[in-house]
Amino acid sequence: MAPTTARPRRTSRFPYLLVLPAVLLLAAFVVAPGCYALVLSLQRSKVNGGLLGGGTHTVFAGLANYRDVLGDTQLRSGVVRMLALGAVTVPGTVLLALLFAVLLDLEHTRLRRVTRLAIFLPYAVPGVIASLMWGFLYLPATSPIGGDRVDFFGQVAVYFSVSNVVVWGAVGFNMIVIYTALRALPPELTESARLDGATERQIVLRIKVPLVMPAVVMCTLFSVLAALQVFNEPNTLKPLSNAVSSTWVPLMQIYDQAFGNSDIHSAAATSVVLAAAALVLSFLTARIIQSRVQREAE
Amino acid sequence: MSETPTRRRTAAATAVLCAGLLLGTAACGGGSGGSGHDEAGGGGSGGSGGKKVTLTFWDWDPNMGKVVATWNAAHPDIQVKLSNPAGGDQLVAKMITAHAAGNGPDIAKVEYQSLPALVAKGVVRDITDYTGNTVKDYDRTTLSSAEFQGKVYGVPQDFAPLMLFYRADLFKKYGLAVPRTWDQYAAEARALRGKDPAAHLTNFDAADPGWFTGLAQQAGADWWAADGNSWKVDIDGAATRKVAGFWQQMVKDGSVAKNPSFSPEWNKQMNDGSLLTWISGAWAPAQLGGIAPATKGKWAVAPLPAWTAGDPATGIWGGSATTVTTDSAHPRQAAQFASWLNTDATALTEQVKQINIYPAATSGRSLPVLKAAPAFFPNQPDFYDRVAQVASGARSFPMWGPNVTVTFTGYTDAFSKALQSGGSFSGALTTIQRASVADMKKQGFTVG
Repeated sequence: MAPTTARPRRTSRFPYLLVLPAVLLLAAFVVAPGCYALVLSLQRSKVNGGLLGGGTHTVFAGLANYRDVLGDTQLRSGVVRMLALGAVTVPGTVLLALLFAVLLDLEHTRLRRVTRLAIFLPYAVPGVIASLMWGFLYLPATSPIGGDRVDFFGQVAVYFSVSNVVVWGAVGFNMIVIYTALRALPPELTESARLDGATERQIVLRIKVPLVMPAVVMCTLFSVLAALQVFNEPNTLKPLSNAVSSTWVPLMQIYDQAFGNSDIHSAAATSVVLAAAALVLSFLTARIIQSRVQREAE
Repeated sequence: MSETPTRRRTAAATAVLCAGLLLGTAACGGGSGGSGHDEAGGGGSGGSGGKKVTLTFWDWDPNMGKVVATWNAAHPDIQVKLSNPAGGDQLVAKMITAHAAGNGPDIAKVEYQSLPALVAKGVVRDITDYTGNTVKDYDRTTLSSAEFQGKVYGVPQDFAPLMLFYRADLFKKYGLAVPRTWDQYAAEARALRGKDPAAHLTNFDAADPGWFTGLAQQAGADWWAADGNSWKVDIDGAATRKVAGFWQQMVKDGSVAKNPSFSPEWNKQMNDGSLLTWISGAWAPAQLGGIAPATKGKWAVAPLPAWTAGDPATGIWGGSATTVTTDSAHPRQAAQFASWLNTDATALTEQVKQINIYPAATSGRSLPVLKAAPAFFPNQPDFYDRVAQVASGARSFPMWGPNVTVTFTGYTDAFSKALQSGGSFSGALTTIQRASVADMKKQGFTVG
């Protein structure tokens, strides 16, 4: 070990100082509102009495709000819809991003810069604007892509229409992540593989893709988190057709409870349940993928 | 959420790609509204006696600034600061949140159907003591939208009876007569399909409940009524079922389109003549310019078709009152402004010109400005005379419920679902009835 200067005792406190801003921000913007939501979720707002209520007061409701949330069939259908969307958007986003990244990384690819920018650009378009734009493309009266012949808001089609907007906006970012990982691979690897007689396809499938798996895992995790939070796209498409209800996905239901019905207590309870489920789900996803990657590496 | 900030939403629909930007602006407006109130609190802390007070006023009417400027010029001691944080239901949500934080505005525009909910939540103030003279300028029907159990909670601004707007040019082209009854309306809807497969007489709008609610009122439904201190809720009663059954048949026949109103697609249909009628409130001329700019001078207005020929009954769609909040430190001055805004001849004339309102105040209904046609209806100089004729037969519910947003969201979800999957309309009504009653009970209201 190289000789270093003697460590003063102060350093033991230094790391804490470094994480302090992060901890403070986390406490102020995640822990504190989270605790407040927990408190709200245990309460209920009741009118004082009489025909018009005459003002409201807050009562302790125990777990009544949670009982309502867990027994809510609308929420259950919302979760199923969210999962159905996720089943399309997560693999769709990750696989397309991987495909584009690999294609861009090929030696003979031309117009690389322009193509990369073109695929990335939708990520820069805000989700609301993207949804409105796609909405115009889907609606029969305004559609240039055959909306008068295909019902993009049909009972099954609507899932693909919404997923399409999500994937369209997300692929670019994920592609850049994977592409950067590909560019970071030492060129000797592909060179030696080529010398050993590997075809381009083999180089991609056997060498490049396994080596960028950590980046793909990260993209999958991001996509899963985005799928759990899906809101912008369906909420913006809602007024355009009869296909999307106000409780179509869980976040829309929470929004409706809080700002449509002005019932922040139910909204808080639903949020807590959803956050807990999201935490478990993303933790599981991370664990499963990680163990698989490790196994492959071994 | 239904979201019937009808007018607001129409504006958004006309420039849909800019909607994101609009939302951004609205958010900014909310911020500045809050700070404006702080100033008011600081400036007027010494009470009301002769000192200069500043009142904040939340309103989403276009050009309301000009009306407020007139007031400010004449009242140096009571200055009103206008801000537009949101429209319709969104403003109601903002008012409830602002009230919880104790920084609501002094004055706010509230649609009639949202008023009982805001009274129940203690957001809107009883201004009976300040409006003794003002209320004399209103007839019973109009005042009942803002006066509950003998207490006045707002000064009515406009009155919007439901009417039939039709494309006079296309009716001539297809040889259709203006329908006097719903049976005629249905027959013509079918006939039109034969004459032009691309055109529909109208669309069944499952997104915005305003028109359907008005039709239920016309048929005699009382969705809510007070019985002492308990509520009667009757959304799936016989009258509403009759209306729902009529439209279910029209949808089944394919006589009417099924897409929602106030969408880019609907705008295009209204503009290119694919839709021939619009069942709408008296405020329609102000909206049509944005919805269907190519159709100026081509629309005409008629009374709503009746269930039995000659019955003058109609419903209402929209209409608002100017309210004073419980957060206001200057309720007397705020009520004074609300009274001026809605009963003063200058203020009302300006609003008819700028916002195309049909005044709620009795004196306002005979203003000279109402002799002129609305800008979009140059072909119909007697427009407001026709509105006046219909207005006397307009009925609302005895009272709006204290949770109309739940009912309206229920309408949007249940009817959209029925249209999407071919379900029954009466089943949708049952769903709405159940959801409304369950929510009222949850909030602690007594439902009989």
